[in-house]
Amino acid sequence: MFPELNNLLNTTPDRAEQGKLTLLCDANTDGSFLVHHFLSFYLKANCKVCFVALIQSFSHYNIVGQKLGVSLTVARECGQLVFLEGLKSSVDVFFRAQAEPHPLQFLREANAENLQPLYEFVREALKPVDDGDAAWRCPVLLVDNLSVLLSLGMGAVAVLDFIHYCRATVCWERKGNIVALVHDSGDTEDEENNILLNGLSHQSHLILRAEGLATGFCRDVHGQLRILWRTPSQPTTQRDRSLTYQYKIQDKSVSFFAKGMSPAVL
Amino acid sequence: MAAVATCGTGAGSTGSMVAAGSKNNVTSFQRRGPRASGSDSSYSRLVSIAGTRPSVRNGQLLVSTGLPALDQLLGGGLAVGTVLLIEEDKYNIYSSLLFKYFLAEGIINGHTLLVASAKEDPADILQELPAPLLDDNVKKDFDEDACNHKTAESNIKMKIAWRYQLLPKMEAGPVSSSRFGHYYDASKKMPQELIEASKWHGFFFPEKSSSTLNIEPCSLTHGYIKLLQFIQNIIYEEGFDGSNPQKKQKNILRIGIQNLGSPLWGDDICCTENGNSHSLTKFLYVLRGLLRTSLSACMITMPTHLIQNKAIISRVTNLSDTVVGLESFIGSERETNPLYKDYHGLIHIRQIPRLNNLIYDVSDVKDLAFKLKRKLFTIELAT
Repeated sequence: MFPELNNLLNTTPDRAEQGKLTLLCDANTDGSFLVHHFLSFYLKANCKVCFVALIQSFSHYNIVGQKLGVSLTVARECGQLVFLEGLKSSVDVFFRAQAEPHPLQFLREANAENLQPLYEFVREALKPVDDGDAAWRCPVLLVDNLSVLLSLGMGAVAVLDFIHYCRATVCWERKGNIVALVHDSGDTEDEENNILLNGLSHQSHLILRAEGLATGFCRDVHGQLRILWRTPSQPTTQRDRSLTYQYKIQDKSVSFFAKGMSPAVL
Repeated sequence: MAAVATCGTGAGSTGSMVAAGSKNNVTSFQRRGPRASGSDSSYSRLVSIAGTRPSVRNGQLLVSTGLPALDQLLGGGLAVGTVLLIEEDKYNIYSSLLFKYFLAEGIINGHTLLVASAKEDPADILQELPAPLLDDNVKKDFDEDACNHKTAESNIKMKIAWRYQLLPKMEAGPVSSSRFGHYYDASKKMPQELIEASKWHGFFFPEKSSSTLNIEPCSLTHGYIKLLQFIQNIIYEEGFDGSNPQKKQKNILRIGIQNLGSPLWGDDICCTENGNSHSLTKFLYVLRGLLRTSLSACMITMPTHLIQNKAIISRVTNLSDTVVGLESFIGSERETNPLYKDYHGLIHIRQIPRLNNLIYDVSDVKDLAFKLKRKLFTIELAT
């Protein structure tokens, strides 16, 4: 986790909020550093994490996690982390017929209607364990990323339904959190993606949006992060609080600064 | 947690931690080889695969793309287990040249090749590969262009280390394949004996289209399903995924797929806007899954300028690891632009992956142009 981002979000692993949906979105840049942040944050906060990693392999997250101070292999072995490796499982599902329904069953089907097997997997993974000893703080579902599900043939409505079911189980019933990354395709007319992004934006409590700089590539400022706090359940007349920072990604951390205040410029 | 504490952040030690923990992880993203249990030392074994070297940045195993200039722009080379997507130029002239360089590099390094095409027979593609430039020819070309000056060191009598002078000199005949990245002469063809000595598998779609499928039809087109099955077969049977322990030296599988997405593969995304929009993306996802779990690297050329639905292009970009776009000046108004008169086209590095890392090697230079200069393909800053 990045201490500077914790300061901006005003949280620490000890005081993590519960029952929240956080939406991560990136436009014209790579927002995966946010996924690494939340993964290490919740593992350090002693939460049980179910990570649906559709885009990279386990060792990728593990090696970055070690730089951030968590070991995914240890977490997986002691049961704190349930890791669904999409790339590896897709090969198994696609080439061999599975006996029981697999979370990525929709890869084999021509017209998969919904993501129910995946939801069942998540629900099973974050089931509360009854023995009092290994009690984790709260369940967390992390998805990297939802736009891949659209590329694999699911409609935007099916993905929104999946998140809705997960929210009902994880956020409301078990007082846990959900963090999901969605790409923002910007000006390319990816309508399904826009539907998904808009639908999720209205449901989230916190939106972190990583954007590339409007002026193009810069070596010292890698992008801009917009943070938006929302209260989706109660319509308020007050404005939602929002902050914008620019950031630079380094080998083991990310430094944030106000717009135009990059150390390279001052 | 003690294991984490002892694991340093240098390039040499992160792999060991991963290898010790996961027992059935066969990706090449571990720096120790596939199926390596924590105890056996395979770092030297993995590095000693011909034609590969570990990345300086994150220890990832890299292979050369066949163009040393492109290797440099991609941060040292193409990572094993990843996909390099080349967005074709308008008339598919330079992208097919890059494709041939990639395959030629595989032959020189002794890698196994898998060539898939719907347009040309792979055997014909292999006949037209460019010849490698031998060392003394490379020296001559460089001297002519005044880029490098290689002095005739071999003729100087050694005064101090005179024992070394008694050792046999490097032969000028066969190309020294110990170097990473070779130069090719596009005007000459690769010698027949090198092609015949190499191991390759060809997938020519018109020949394979009639045989039956043994997985149920999902939304993938017929051609993509057959290609995936073919690739998976080769990977499994020849042990690139560590399934049958290879008794001989480990090797890399270089997969080259030409013109993916064109109508010749049976896909209609280049013909209509509302075509089968998930076939290509599903194919890329399962292909990447196959690559991540084996010692292979893939180059795909795709006619993205023909794809009608722009959303598919952005999805394809997100599903590939490295994306390079070629834009040739033939037939465009830039041909007469005095800024570009020395060059044949522009090269856009659209995406470089951040593998095992938060940061990546990105060059500061964004305006890159290429030219096919007599025998060499060079990439330079467009000035």
